[in-house]
Amino acid sequence: MSQKADASFDAEAHADHMAKVMDLSVLPEWRATVVAHLIATAAAAERVMSFPLDDHVEPAPVFEP
Amino acid sequence: MSDALLFQSAHEIAAAVKARRTTAHAVTQAAIAQIEATDGRLHAFTDRTFARALAEADRVDAEVAKGAALPLAGVPYAVKNLFDIEGVTTRAGSKINRDNPPAAHDAFLVGRMRAAGSVLLGALNMGEYAYDFTGENVHDGASLNPHDPTRMSGGSSGGSGTALAAGMVAASLGSDTNGSVRVPSSFCGLFGLKPTFGRLSRGRTFPFCASLDHLGPIARSARDLAILFDALQGQDVEDHAQLRHSSLDATAEIGKGIGDLRIAVAEGYFRSQAMPEALAAVDAVAKALGAFRTVTLPEVARARSAAYVITTAESSALHLDRLRKRAADFDPDVRDRLLSGAMVPAAWVIAAQRFRTWFREAMRAVFRDVDVILAPATPFHALPSGTKTITLDGIAMPARPNIGIFTQPISFIGLPVVAVPVWLPGAKLPIGVQVIAPAWREDLALRVAWHLERLGAVSAPVAA
Repeated sequence: MSQKADASFDAEAHADHMAKVMDLSVLPEWRATVVAHLIATAAAAERVMSFPLDDHVEPAPVFEP
Repeated sequence: MSDALLFQSAHEIAAAVKARRTTAHAVTQAAIAQIEATDGRLHAFTDRTFARALAEADRVDAEVAKGAALPLAGVPYAVKNLFDIEGVTTRAGSKINRDNPPAAHDAFLVGRMRAAGSVLLGALNMGEYAYDFTGENVHDGASLNPHDPTRMSGGSSGGSGTALAAGMVAASLGSDTNGSVRVPSSFCGLFGLKPTFGRLSRGRTFPFCASLDHLGPIARSARDLAILFDALQGQDVEDHAQLRHSSLDATAEIGKGIGDLRIAVAEGYFRSQAMPEALAAVDAVAKALGAFRTVTLPEVARARSAAYVITTAESSALHLDRLRKRAADFDPDVRDRLLSGAMVPAAWVIAAQRFRTWFREAMRAVFRDVDVILAPATPFHALPSGTKTITLDGIAMPARPNIGIFTQPISFIGLPVVAVPVWLPGAKLPIGVQVIAPAWREDLALRVAWHLERLGAVSAPVAA
C-alpha cells in the first residue's frame, strides 16, 4: 500500500500493546516486519475511513437466520 | 496414448472418451506419466491420488460403455490443497494443518467433478493458508512457472496454474479471495474463472477470509471453463454464504458471440500502475473485440484498500489460536502478516465492510452503461522467483501483497471474471486480461473469452 498512515498512529506502540491484549508472542526478529505490515494496513484503513459514508450505508454480511 | 490428446483442452479429451476413441484409463495413465516426468522440477503436486484416479477412470469407462452422458468424461484434474479429498489431510499450504486427520469426505465441488466424469490426480501446492500471490511456499517449495521455471507460478493457487500449463492435467480447481485464481492464470497463461461471490459452494474447503472467499476452475480453453462451471453449480446446505440463485447454462450460451455487448476498457487506476506488457495485452484484447469505449471505475484504490483491511483482520482472527500456540510453524512471510492483522481495530474493518456496500452500488451504476469491462489481471508478466519488491507508478512496494492490485478490487464485490491469456508478439511469457461482468452474468464473460479464443487473440498452450 502506498498511501501514508495517519501520522497520529504509532504502529510500534500499537503492536506492542495489541500483542499483550491478544496474547501474541512477537519475537524480536519478527517485530520490524509485523510493524511494517501494520503500517500498510493502517494506510489502507486511512484511505477507507477518509471517505465519507452516509449513516445508512450498512455492511452486508451474509447471514440468514 | 500420446501426449497429443493429454495436451488438448478438457472438452476435446471428454469428446474422445465419449466417442470411445480412447479411454479414461489411457488418459489417466498419460497424466500420471506426465506428472512423474515433470513435477520433480516444477512442484505442482503435494499429494498424489493415482490409485483413486485409476479407479475413477475405470468407473467412467464403464459408464461411458453403458451410454452415460458425462460432460467431463475422463478429464484429468487436480485441486488446490485446501479442498478436502477423502482420505487425504487438507494441508491448506501449511505445516500446522498436516497434523489434522485425513478428510472424511470430498469437498462439495470435488463431488460435482466426480459426478461429471472427471478423474482426480491429487492435491496441488499453494501459498500458505492462501495468503499469497506468488505461489511460493516455505514448506513445500515454490510451484514454478512451466513457461520459465525461474519465475513464479503466481498464487495462491500456484500449483493449479503449474499443473495445467505443464500439461499434467486438463483442468484444476483453485480459490480466489483477492485474485488467487486470476493471478496464476495470468502468470501461467491460462483461462481462469472467478465466479460471482456466493455462486459455487465452498463446502469442505479450508477457509481464508469468509467475507471474500470464492472457488473457481482454471483450464486451457474458455469452453472448458463453461463446461466446468456448469458441472460445478449446485446447491449445498453446508455453505451458508452460497446464495440461492438460478443456475446458468453457460455451455449453451458461450457460442452466442459478442453481438452488441457494450465492452469498455477500465482506465485510471488500471492503467497508471500497469507495466507496458499489461497495457499492451488489454489493448490487444480490446482491439480484437472492437471495443473502443473506456470507463473509469469509481474509488477503485479505496476498494482495494478495504479488501486489504478485511482480509488481514478476518484471516488473522481465524488463525488466532494457531498464532498464539504455533507461530514459529507458519511460513514467515504469512505469519508476520497474520500477526499484524490480529492487531487491527474493529472500526477499520467495519468501515471497510460499509464501503463494500457503497462500492457495490457504485459499480451497479457503472454496469447500467456497459456490459463487460476489460482490465489487466496482473501489472506484469510472471516475476522471477524470490522477488521481494516491485515498483509501480514510481512507488516501490513489497511484491507479495501487491501483485494482486488489479484483481483485488473486483473480487471485493464478488463480480464474475474470466482471466484470458494473451501472448504478445515475440513475448516468451503470457499475461492475463480480466473480462469482468455484472454479478451473476458469468455467461457474458465466458462468451467474450470464447469469442477471443476463436479469433486467436488468446490461447493457453502447454509449455514447450
